Amino acid sequence: MTTNHILTVENLTTRFQTPDGEVEAVNNVNFHIDPGETLGVVGESGSGKTQIFLSLMGLLAKNGASTGSVRYKDKEILNLQPRELNKIRGVSMSMIFQDPMTSLNPFLKISRQMTEVLVEHRGMSESDALARAITMLDRVGIPGAAQRVHMYPHEFSGGMRQRVMIAMALLCDPEVLIADEPTTALDVTVQAQILDLLRDLQTDFNTATVMITHDLGVVAGLCDRVMVMYGGRVVETGSVSDIYYDSHHPYTEGLLKSMPRIDRADEESLFAIPGQPPNLQNLPKGCAYQERCEYVFDRCCAERPLLREFGNGRASACFREDDK
Amino acid sequence: MSVMNKSAKKDASPILSVRDLKVHFPISSKGLFAPDRQLKAVDGVNFDLYPGETLGVVGESGCGKSTLGRAILQLIPPTDGQVAWLGKNIVGAPHRDMQPLRRDLQIIFQDPLASLNPRMTIGEIIAEPLVTHKPELGKEEIKARVKRMMARVGLLPQMINRYPHEFSGGQCQRIGIARAMILEPKLIVCDEPVSALDVSIQAQIVNLLQELQREFDLSLIFISHDLSIVRHICHRIMVLYLGNVAELADRDSIYAAPRHPYTKALISAVPIPDPEIERNKERIVLTGDLPSPLSPPSGCVFRTRCPFAKDKCAQEPPVLERVSDSQEVACHFHDSI
Ligand SMILES: Nc1ncnc2c1ncn2[C@@H]1O[C@H](COP(=O)(O)OP(=O)(O)OP(=O)(O)O)[C@@H](O)[C@H]1O
Ligand SMILES: Nc1ncnc2c1ncn2[C@@H]1O[C@H](COP(=O)(O)OP(=O)(O)O)[C@@H](O)[C@H]1O
Ligand code: SF4
Ligand code: SF4
Ligand SMILES: [Mg+2]
Ligand SMILES: [Mg+2]
Repeated sequence: MTTNHILTVENLTTRFQTPDGEVEAVNNVNFHIDPGETLGVVGESGSGKTQIFLSLMGLLAKNGASTGSVRYKDKEILNLQPRELNKIRGVSMSMIFQDPMTSLNPFLKISRQMTEVLVEHRGMSESDALARAITMLDRVGIPGAAQRVHMYPHEFSGGMRQRVMIAMALLCDPEVLIADEPTTALDVTVQAQILDLLRDLQTDFNTATVMITHDLGVVAGLCDRVMVMYGGRVVETGSVSDIYYDSHHPYTEGLLKSMPRIDRADEESLFAIPGQPPNLQNLPKGCAYQERCEYVFDRCCAERPLLREFGNGRASACFREDDK
Repeated sequence: MSVMNKSAKKDASPILSVRDLKVHFPISSKGLFAPDRQLKAVDGVNFDLYPGETLGVVGESGCGKSTLGRAILQLIPPTDGQVAWLGKNIVGAPHRDMQPLRRDLQIIFQDPLASLNPRMTIGEIIAEPLVTHKPELGKEEIKARVKRMMARVGLLPQMINRYPHEFSGGQCQRIGIARAMILEPKLIVCDEPVSALDVSIQAQIVNLLQELQREFDLSLIFISHDLSIVRHICHRIMVLYLGNVAELADRDSIYAAPRHPYTKALISAVPIPDPEIERNKERIVLTGDLPSPLSPPSGCVFRTRCPFAKDKCAQEPPVLERVSDSQEVACHFHDSI
């Protein structure tokens, strides 16, 4: 079947072997993304957001393994050999992280780190590669790029390192950019600059973007569609306006209600989701959200709710809907 | 009800008065004969805090928030200025004078797990201040009080013999709060107490702090970079920039009508979780990064990023000026912008 999806993920499951037993970090996740689209991935810490994308980039920790299918255009890429994967990784699909130092080598000048991939994958000459690196640094708003390209990572501020990492990720004009909490460690002022940058890049290059974040404000401003994760599973997915104005899943509803709002003077106490995020090693039978859900009823504890489609790309995994 | 009766507050006298507080760190220079330089982490801060009041301290990373909080508690010796606790200056007070005050002045930290001793049970951690300050209570009474406090902050008292690593981030923060609360202090400095927590857990902890505040008439200094939470929990807000107060105002004034360009930029940069509003709101995007605190700009420290800077801003530092009953601003042009 041909579609115009640039990335199609089907039944992706990722498990880790640990001394205390198996951890199912990602459970049967399905989604796709089209060119120029921005998908927001939200959920609490430990809900599996990062591991989905590390799985499909072939970057899982050694004790982890994935099953299912991930197609880049029409090509199956899950569990490809590193040599094969490297033709795509960092070239057609790039990933940026919360901590830029996970992608930057502290001992190498930025120039060296940026030109390497161009020389290797694009067969560019050193001087062309350097020119391209400077153009990209300039594009992401590094002042004095021609001089600064010769600096080491520690000579940049946190916000600038984040920009350098974005510039590196964009060197080969990737069709998919995966951003894992790229602004979580940054101040709001710098976050605003980086989000503007991502928006501009999308307009200019039509890059498909995945934005992983726990900040529903960031998603509101940037994304077209949203995928909400809980306990390693997708619990709701839909367009940004469906999710924000007409959410179906109690967890999505709880997340939105528990966000304090800067544009409102709330006098009452905040809505708080009671309890703790689930322990993936010891998920309850039935719905993973049952212990925290205000709508829980018998069926939720006996049976696991599956994602149910409502059309228009909307889906939610909750029994409450069935009874309506 | 998170806002206290303002008139009640102003009738009382402040429990804490901070005057011209400075913390300068000496930075040794590279050259043998080059003079040491001063990093002015806090450079002349003034405010009063009333019983039962929460003062928010906001600003970008590195602007001096934690240093200010620690200097108030005398955990860092201030370079200059006064901190008056119940009318008495405690800067430079000898150890034996400070010791009894420690009961009233507590702190909780951002990283909940890292701030707890991994080799102590949570019962021992929470009991520690009691053991230090009220040893006369005896073992049984201390244990009873610890269990009562655990229940109060939402921890199961039967977990008293567990170790910190067995708890989640939110639970560790409850342990930190229990330890800070056990002596029924009058002031707690909360240094980014919810920044490391997930949204759902953040709300639980914020609500707990507010309940404890009402119950014990606690004063809080709430350090945060999250201006949405600060709006929710604080009565007054201080905006710091490179160790200087840019604006100090009541919650409602500062969010409804920020007067300093930096405050305006900070507020407008906070994403709102509503796609319609977020995509259509007016924004002031600051260019560039915070300048190095080792060589702050002359005149107004904000001028290198200020969209309204004029010649005067490079020459003269603006002073904090009262623009209304509830608002003070440090900007030469606060009237015209
Ligand atoms: N190498 C590993 N071994 C065992 N479990 C792991 C490993 N890596 C991740 N996990 C577990 O997988 C689950 C999902 O992790 P993941 O990093 O995707 O969460 P996340 O939602 O991105 O969290 P955060 O927001 O904290 O980064 C977590 O429970 C985590 O503890
Ligand atoms: N012990 C120290 N020696 C030198 N500089 C310090 C020290 N502690 C803090 N600083 C500097 O003081 C400034 C303010 O720090 P801090 O109050 O920790 O900022 P934040 O607002 O992030 O909490 C920063 O530039 C920081 O690097
Ligand atoms: S299935 Fe039941 S417990 Fe789970 S979210 Fe729906 S109502 Fe709540
Ligand atoms: S004094 Fe000048 S530079 Fe400083 S905030 Fe006001 S207008 Fe901007
Ligand atoms: Mg993550
Ligand atoms: Mg700090």
